[in-house]
Amino acid sequence: MSAVEISRVSKSFNAGRADAVDALVDIDLTIEPGEVVSLIGPSGCGKSTALRLIANLLEPTRGEVLVNGKPARQARLDQDYGMAFQQAGLFDWRSVAQNIELPLELKGWDKARRRQRTLEVLELVKLPEFADHLPWQLSGGMQQRVAIARALAVHPPLLLMDEPFGALDEMTREHMQDELLRICGETSTTVVFVTHSIPEAVYLSTRVVVMSPRPGRITGTIDVDLGTGRDVETREATTFFEKVTEVREALRGIPATGSGVEAVDR
Amino acid sequence: MSRPPSSVFRVLWPPVVFGIAFLLLWETAVKAFDLKPYFLPAPSQVWQQFRDNLDLIWEAASVSGANALIGLLVGTALGVAMSFALARYRLLNDLMSPLAVALNAVPIFVLVAVFNNMFSITSEVPRRLMVTLVVYFIVLVNVARGLREVSPTHLELMRSYAASEAAVLRKVRVPNAVPYLFTALKIAAPASVITAFVSEYFGGSQNGLGSRIVGNISISDNAAAWAYVLGACLLGLTFYLAAVALEGALTPGGKRAEDRA
Amino acid sequence: MSGGLGRRIRRVWMFVLSLFLVALVWELYKWLGPQDGGTVFEWKLLPRANDRAMPHVWEMLSRYAEPERRGFDTPIIVVVLQGAWFSFRLALVGFAMGTLVGLGLAILMARFKVVERGLLPYLVISQTVPLIALAPLVVSWGGKLHIGEFEWPRWLSAAVLGAFLAFFPVAVGTLKGLTSTPPASLELMDSYAASWRQTLFKLRFPAAVPFMIPALRLAATASVIGVVVAEISTGLAGGVGRLIIEYAREATADPAKVYTAVFAAALLGMVMTGMVVLTDLVLMRNRPRETST
Repeated sequence: MSAVEISRVSKSFNAGRADAVDALVDIDLTIEPGEVVSLIGPSGCGKSTALRLIANLLEPTRGEVLVNGKPARQARLDQDYGMAFQQAGLFDWRSVAQNIELPLELKGWDKARRRQRTLEVLELVKLPEFADHLPWQLSGGMQQRVAIARALAVHPPLLLMDEPFGALDEMTREHMQDELLRICGETSTTVVFVTHSIPEAVYLSTRVVVMSPRPGRITGTIDVDLGTGRDVETREATTFFEKVTEVREALRGIPATGSGVEAVDR
Repeated sequence: MSRPPSSVFRVLWPPVVFGIAFLLLWETAVKAFDLKPYFLPAPSQVWQQFRDNLDLIWEAASVSGANALIGLLVGTALGVAMSFALARYRLLNDLMSPLAVALNAVPIFVLVAVFNNMFSITSEVPRRLMVTLVVYFIVLVNVARGLREVSPTHLELMRSYAASEAAVLRKVRVPNAVPYLFTALKIAAPASVITAFVSEYFGGSQNGLGSRIVGNISISDNAAAWAYVLGACLLGLTFYLAAVALEGALTPGGKRAEDRA
Repeated sequence: MSGGLGRRIRRVWMFVLSLFLVALVWELYKWLGPQDGGTVFEWKLLPRANDRAMPHVWEMLSRYAEPERRGFDTPIIVVVLQGAWFSFRLALVGFAMGTLVGLGLAILMARFKVVERGLLPYLVISQTVPLIALAPLVVSWGGKLHIGEFEWPRWLSAAVLGAFLAFFPVAVGTLKGLTSTPPASLELMDSYAASWRQTLFKLRFPAAVPFMIPALRLAATASVIGVVVAEISTGLAGGVGRLIIEYAREATADPAKVYTAVFAAALLGMVMTGMVVLTDLVLMRNRPRETST
């Protein structure tokens, strides 16, 4: 059973009106459990829309979205995924721990169980000593870590992320990418990740899905076989740059020709 | 939330200096131009009258203050209750909000003339009703906005949790609206006091500060009138400071309404 | 922009409907409520529902057609509108004066932080001073004022009191606007070696306009309130405030009369505010609009 199955999905907004927009047309995508898949493309290519279709925050105009073998709507009701947004979206009237407990409260967990899980997940993101702090006391990167901890609180098999590191500086970003890989490795979570950054997509993913706009569609998928133990050496390896080039050219409309692509001068 | 003494001094010295300078100017102007009390009483004369009539001033302040307080409490309660209803029922919101905007523009206190007619001549209810009405609209407009204007990211998050509307209300909208309530209270508290005074100008019982001021002016005892005015300002200030203190006590993490993005 | 127009029409409809509902509740209470007032938990909370205390809505409306006093010809609607027009002109003068003073104070406070810290608390306190106390002061000072041939007219006192209430929201709102310019823009002006005055007119003021508009709306209402209260406390004849007091005294004999003046005062307030809103629409046509209530 695949983690996510998108079959012949299209999504239009404002259909029938003057400002109608075809955000996505005829998308097919299957994601297996344990994969880390990035959606990358220029503005308007529909990557955030696709993510929200998986999350059932939007309904497709045509086609079907299955998550964990069920219709997306059921998966949302069953809390089969956790989501992280570009803004951490922490409630500033709640402490860090209380923010993480939010989905658990909604699921009806009792206080002791919530506390225990919160501490577990704070350990995972390496912020246990900040449990009683308020969001405004934390840096942007730390807030995002709390948001990821919150997304993982219900132990979901799937993690959906919409450019969560977009607002961070480059060094923090690279650090967060390593943290994400570590966390997802430890929990064997499937990840669907929307990003603007080519190096980020290549570094994180097992597969990069390239999209283009007007209308939004998938133009290609690139497998990234850089191995599992990714670190700073991976970032400096030739194979990494080759993959980055491959993705870049795919974005520019040049079809991927596999390995042995000529290095392109920046 | 303690501040170092040097910073407290920094904050306090300009208003204190300005205040003292103003009082000195006032006092010397009266003395220098030999102004008669019916024209402009000197601060020293006002202060003398204030001390002499302190018990009467206190009595009058209690009457006006009680009217203001009752109106403030009832108006806030009704305003908060109605704002929940407005958040829940769109139609109600569409009905009430143009009315609230229009009433905000008119000198609503003239309705006291109408209220005085509807109740007995010695009743304080018309004044309390007036304050309630004024406070109600201030609280309603602000709290309704606080319940409505929630960050879209928070709403998406709650939707991803398949949370019910009631859960969204309890866990997101209400906490979001709390700073708006305090903004409203900081406006409504002094407004309640002023409305209580103004309501006394339209006849009815003559026990409050407003009517005493009018009374003293009509017998040309300006110094006494201004002593009552001092009482009135103190009452208004007390209400405002109480609202600020309440906000400080009830806001988690000590972040004020104005400090939020 | 048909969507915007449709929304506005709907809002007007809703407003009319809400007025109708208020009238309905009024009549319902008259029908069901205690004729001589009643008690709720021992408190005399319920108003009298009889015809003298609470005239019917149609009586209020039809009263407009009848004359002010028996034996006269002009229907009261003319009298009341004339009073409203009188007060309107006073409020306009008060609004203009208050706006000028408010702007001046705001610029002063924005320029010198010390002035802001020292003066602002007193500006706040000044608004708690009941107008009823200031009114006789203003009148007697005005009486003593002789600059050449200029004699202080009585109506100017009312306008000054209107200005007294109007200046505060203008000062506070404008100050907020002037001090909330983005630091990056200020640095840009610094890099042009612009003087404080140039920065004020080319950057701070235009940037402050979105803050000033709601402040001016409040000032419009405030000037009306100030003028009406001033009319009541100084006994100034000719305005709608005086009419309300007069008619209220005759309420036992002619209950619907006072309502004619009350509605006229409401109309005055709405026209005054409406003018500011209209000016806002005209001036801000080219700016991105933020949604408000």
